[in-house]
Amino acid sequence: MNAPEPTFTPNRMTYREACKQALREALLSDPRVFLMGEDIGRYGGCYAVTKGLLEEFGEERIRDTPLSESAFVGAGVGAAMAGMRPIVEIMTVNFSLLALDQILNNAVTIPHMSGGQFAIPLVIRMATGGGRRVAAQHSRSLEGWYAHIPGLRVLTPATVEDARFMLKSALADPNPVIIFEHVMLYNMEGDFPSDMKEVDIARAKVHRAGRDVSLITYGGSLFKALQAADALSSEGIDAEVIDLRTLRPLDTKTIIDSVARTRRCVIIDEGWRSGSISAEVGMRIAEEAFFELDAPLRRVCSREAPIPYAAHLEDACLPQAATIVAVARELVRPS
Amino acid sequence: MTKKVYLDHAHLLHLLKAMIRIRHFEAKCVELYQAQKILGFLHLYDGEEAVSVGVMEALTPEDAIIATYREHGQALARGVDPKCLMAEMMGKLNGCCRGRGGSMHFFDRKRRFYGGNAIVGGGLPLALGVALADKMQRRSAVTACFFGEGAVDEGEFHETLNLAKLWRLPILFVCENNLYSMGMAVERAEADIDFVHKASGYRVAGEKVDGMDVVAVESAARNAIDRIRSENDPYFLECRTYRFRAHSMFDAQLYRSKEEVEAWRKKGPILRFQTWLEANRLIKPEEIAAMEKEIDFEIAEAVAYAEAGGLEPISELERFVTMDEVPA
Ligand SMILES: Cc1ncc(C[n+]2csc(CCOP(=O)(O)OP(=O)(O)O)c2C)c(N)n1
Ligand SMILES: [Mg+2]
Repeated sequence: MNAPEPTFTPNRMTYREACKQALREALLSDPRVFLMGEDIGRYGGCYAVTKGLLEEFGEERIRDTPLSESAFVGAGVGAAMAGMRPIVEIMTVNFSLLALDQILNNAVTIPHMSGGQFAIPLVIRMATGGGRRVAAQHSRSLEGWYAHIPGLRVLTPATVEDARFMLKSALADPNPVIIFEHVMLYNMEGDFPSDMKEVDIARAKVHRAGRDVSLITYGGSLFKALQAADALSSEGIDAEVIDLRTLRPLDTKTIIDSVARTRRCVIIDEGWRSGSISAEVGMRIAEEAFFELDAPLRRVCSREAPIPYAAHLEDACLPQAATIVAVARELVRPS
Repeated sequence: MTKKVYLDHAHLLHLLKAMIRIRHFEAKCVELYQAQKILGFLHLYDGEEAVSVGVMEALTPEDAIIATYREHGQALARGVDPKCLMAEMMGKLNGCCRGRGGSMHFFDRKRRFYGGNAIVGGGLPLALGVALADKMQRRSAVTACFFGEGAVDEGEFHETLNLAKLWRLPILFVCENNLYSMGMAVERAEADIDFVHKASGYRVAGEKVDGMDVVAVESAARNAIDRIRSENDPYFLECRTYRFRAHSMFDAQLYRSKEEVEAWRKKGPILRFQTWLEANRLIKPEEIAAMEKEIDFEIAEAVAYAEAGGLEPISELERFVTMDEVPA
């Protein structure tokens, strides 16, 4: 069953391996760092991200928890208040709903409500997104909800480079940070410059420069947007692709600068359209760059339904490259 | 082996004074509430003073505390400055949390007071984390986690007891069983009202104590803390008590009779302790008078401090939404 582990040069690896190396680096560089979560130890992590860490770091720092999301996330909050640097893994965002009270009512509230007496340097990692044919309760994309919450930093690494280095920035932040890892990315391979040590999480990234339309996205949809941009280019449409990377706080400047250049914009978001992060991005453009626009703002989001199991239905629910192409084309060359 | 509380004269006076301080402080709060200087929710601890005073006696400054929205007693008994508490209640910048938390959310980092929490059960998981952090940093501190019996209805209670035992965390669970969660009588909310038995379901040892008897609470808490430290295990203390007043300030108390409240008042912790001290000639009337005078002076000072306090400038409203650094 087990395929041999692929061997890579130090700067070429899978997204999963990048996540793991980031955790290893954190555990090695700070004795206050420890990991907690369901099946992160003996099982090796439900997406095999933490495989081998228990053997290397022992049970005190790699803590398998019972199925008690609220208790162990709250324990992370308490431990962060009392001097530790916990990294909590919630298997997937779907289960984070059982810990929402601890995240919202405690982690992001106590620093402010205590008048700045306590910081909560807590990192929570969770998998997000659809595409694996596992039906509604395992396929949600709720990162946009979390981005609604002041006091939280919301990171959505879409590249191997970001998976490898965003954790370091998250741990340097004295505030609660959630890292959303898209489930479809774990097996993806990628590389980064061999001398790279860190990434700047304050900035969105222009992955591909273009003149005709901005495709603004994040996380698992980035590659769909890039695919769409390739297809558009064969039609003579030059699309710019922006990876937001951090959903909160948003790097509005990169967004506005891009739209001011291209004058057209499609926002791609795996969340549901109503009240989504795409709505927030669109509204910021409307507020700050309305007169730069040559065309109405457009969005490609998930269909407003629970994601079904059947492959054709799931595919129809999620943003797809073909839809992005069609929407962008219509913007640039209205029929 | 139960440990005897060393009841010298000074200690007896100290216990009585700590309880009267809470009672008088809250009586002043009610006045200020009626004068609309304190707003919002105000959950009084009237009748339950022996619980926090007794437990706090068993803690050292290194130990940590987690409390609920009914935490005036815990904060005062822990030694948080009444001035800062009163100012907090009045929403002033010189309050312990700059007026951002109010009555339900006292925090005091220096005293390891990790907050009044207004989500029923919400503080319990925090206790796990604080205790875990102490344990991992090889500190011998105990975390005392206070909660009402209503929190036992919540899933977080059960998750927390299980994890506390599983990870052998030094937590003293203090269940303040005042028989009601708002208007919900305990036997209408819980299929099994034997909380010590419930705790034992998670193999957390515990006992029931008369929460109206400050000496009994102190003694039980001291034993519990010794046991937590020596056996490296959590412990559960159910303190049987009663809330004399409304749940908060808006409560018609349709769910209980006046007679029931009166019967409990006769068993009140201050009345009972003071009567016992007097009957045994352990305290002189003038000592009580002097004590009350001192307390009332302290409270008057607290009110003056709060009245004189300024308001946090609105320009600072977003300060600490995110922190620039972890406070040392
Ligand atoms: C999770 C949650 N549900 C409901 C409430 C509303 N509420 C506030 S206090 C309270 C009663 C709690 O009773 P108990 O835990 O026994 O504490 P007591 O007030 O008796 O001290 C309720 C239901 C709340 N604050 N949090
Ligand atoms: Mg109660």
